[in-house]
Amino acid sequence: MPKDIATRTFKQVGTRPLRPDGIEKVTGRARFGADFSMPGMLTGRILRSPHAHARILKIDTSAAEALPGVKAVVTARDFPETDDGLHDIRMNVMAREKALYDGHAVAAVAAVSPAVAKEALKLIRVDYEVLPHVTDVDEAMKPSAPVLHQHIFTANESPAAKRPSNVAGKYEFGHGDPEAGFRKADHVIARSFKVEAAHQGYIEPHACVANVTADGQGDLWCCTQGHFMVRAISAGLNGMDLSKLRVTASEIGGGFGGKTTVYIEPVAVALSRKAGKPVKIVMTRDEVFRATGPTHSASIDVKIGATKDGRITGAFAELRYQGGAFPGSLADMGAMAAFACYDLENVRTIGWDVVTNRPKLAAYRAPSAPAICFAVESVIDELARTIGMDPIDFRLKNAAREGTLSSYGPTYQAIGLEATLRALKAHPHYKAPLKPGQGRGVACGFWFNFGGQTCVSLNIGLDGTVALSVGTPDIGGSRASMSLMVAEELGIPYEKVRCIIADTASLGYNDVTDGSRVTFSTGLATIQAARNAIKVMCARAAATWGIPEDAVEWVDGHARPTGPNAGNFEPLSLADIAAQSHQTGGPIAGHCEVTAEGAGVSFGAHLADVEVDRETGAVKVLRYTVAQDAGKAVHPAYVEGQYQGGAVQGIGWALNEEYIYGHDGRLQNAGFLDYRIPVCSDLPMIDTLILEIPNPGHPYGVRGVGETPIVPPMATIGNAIAAATGVRMTHAPMSPPRILKALTENQAGT
Amino acid sequence: MVKVRIWGGLRIHTHGEAEVEVEAQDLRGVVAALGQKYPEMKPALDSGVSLSIDGRLYTNRWFEKVRPDSEVVVLPRIVGG
Repeated sequence: MPKDIATRTFKQVGTRPLRPDGIEKVTGRARFGADFSMPGMLTGRILRSPHAHARILKIDTSAAEALPGVKAVVTARDFPETDDGLHDIRMNVMAREKALYDGHAVAAVAAVSPAVAKEALKLIRVDYEVLPHVTDVDEAMKPSAPVLHQHIFTANESPAAKRPSNVAGKYEFGHGDPEAGFRKADHVIARSFKVEAAHQGYIEPHACVANVTADGQGDLWCCTQGHFMVRAISAGLNGMDLSKLRVTASEIGGGFGGKTTVYIEPVAVALSRKAGKPVKIVMTRDEVFRATGPTHSASIDVKIGATKDGRITGAFAELRYQGGAFPGSLADMGAMAAFACYDLENVRTIGWDVVTNRPKLAAYRAPSAPAICFAVESVIDELARTIGMDPIDFRLKNAAREGTLSSYGPTYQAIGLEATLRALKAHPHYKAPLKPGQGRGVACGFWFNFGGQTCVSLNIGLDGTVALSVGTPDIGGSRASMSLMVAEELGIPYEKVRCIIADTASLGYNDVTDGSRVTFSTGLATIQAARNAIKVMCARAAATWGIPEDAVEWVDGHARPTGPNAGNFEPLSLADIAAQSHQTGGPIAGHCEVTAEGAGVSFGAHLADVEVDRETGAVKVLRYTVAQDAGKAVHPAYVEGQYQGGAVQGIGWALNEEYIYGHDGRLQNAGFLDYRIPVCSDLPMIDTLILEIPNPGHPYGVRGVGETPIVPPMATIGNAIAAATGVRMTHAPMSPPRILKALTENQAGT
Repeated sequence: MVKVRIWGGLRIHTHGEAEVEVEAQDLRGVVAALGQKYPEMKPALDSGVSLSIDGRLYTNRWFEKVRPDSEVVVLPRIVGG
């Protein structure tokens, strides 16, 4: 660990200045994806499959093309197959031989108005051969299930799979011998769980404008978590050079992982190129639900054994995750995260990656972890109750610590699980009295976090203000955090720094804003860029004074002579040096290009009080507290916002949010009236406890914070419901009908 | 030689061995040596993996050094939301 992390005193980092995007957003002036327009712009619309699984026999677009006002029509033929590693995403953007789910795109039009575009879609004739479908993960794994892809043979299975199936892969982790562990246990609890798919629920639908000119150069404006990724895929699918397509990210109205891929952007580029005009596509809410990434749904078995004094002796979990019509359900991540909170001698997890006739999964905060956390932490809770031990004490007794061999392989460095559990136990919430009919639940969760490719540019203006360009869209306050880090390094006020999200032509490649990586990795690059600028400013001061560069140091925003022979010069401020820069060597800048690695893993623990209405099955969350290790909270208000937002989304998934499919394989609740996300009036204020156990891999000790908060809520709420009712829920969301059914069955003794 | 821990799914390519030894100086060397020693593992390695080196996660940094006493764990490529 860098020596100064634990003891460093920060002047700017850790404060709560005004958000740079706040006024624009609350006054409605911020420009989101759908707010961008161009002269002569066409409206793009997409025709989608009404079938869950169907062979596409023929697409006749002639009538649509003949309709006055229609300027272009595209189908899969406009995205030719090449060996570029984009096979699945190409098939997802536009169906080829088969439509694989209700809502799968099959054709698109660009027309002079929304009305003409809508009329044109009606004129496209698609001949389908409807095929049997499967949307449930357990059904999809059966040998009798309709097989989606003839090229999928289960990977990592021994003996090797001999025939195609919907099971794309098997992933195993662990160490020791769980069966031996169960034999040593005084209590063993085994349960099976189901978790339904949820949508990321961002308020802003996907939207973009593409403009490809006759010379083959293109611009694309869109709402995304990663415009460099959008450029790579959109250019790839359209056979364009990367440098010919410039992508600019708009403000983003929520992403949460759901905007880490593309849907409409390559289609808009293809339509614009064909039409020779700008094309705008904005998804409807129905399209967002039917065609963009929800999460996996899951079927999970968990078995855990413990001694009567509370030591876990063996743990096992088998996870069956479906991630829609293409491989990548993230069952591997789920299997790794399953027991990551615990120090276990005997542990094994198996994850199965399964395809079904649903839209392709997209990431959602700590993708894969909430479902397995629900299952594991429910059994942990039940074991603690069976033994008669306080649930936090039980977790503390088995908690992973520095030096613990994790269940997924690596040995942990400094981690904060124990600290979060102790903080929660010491919080007044844990001791507050409950009324009859109310219950309290606790659960802990984990996420990996990572770094990735990052490139930033810092430019110092003649007036001493600073412009920072980053390539990671701001989805959670990163512009404020980056500005704080620049201010900290340079020793200037926060207000003197402006951070913008630069387009893809202005910076080197940046990975997507995901995986809780931006404050860690873009922050790391920003700090280095500022330090590089300081070197330049110290050199300019040295030249001005006529002393060696190493006789100058940077202190509190000033270059100062240092050392016995440096001489006695008045310190030069950043503004002084900037003002003279045109005469001392030209513009002053710092930049950094890095593959940031060494992100620290993250742990959180949640506490909830609930009340269950036994007549309706409705659950009211009375009080909720989140404790999580942030490494170092750069802008604590944003960190609290991440904790609160993750908890709220987790509560929504726990209590109401789910994809409901009919027998015909079509989505039944593609709208916010039938897919219920929590609103403010549903929830109490979410209390937060920020722990700061520095990450040795970052100059300030930063860890990512955005993913972990969604991991424990489902289990926390389930454990609170069990405490309130005596009934253990094993199917999420724990919606009123499911709770009512469980209460009724419990009363009847069935 | 560096000891490399392999996740369970890939152990079918190492004859069930959970830990194997390869000659490598850095992350790229570890992945290349594994692919050379166990050719059937190569498609999985080529499709993208993450490596934990002494408890820190690496995905793209080829030249990250590994020492003979480093703890090296091959993992599926870590993703996020």
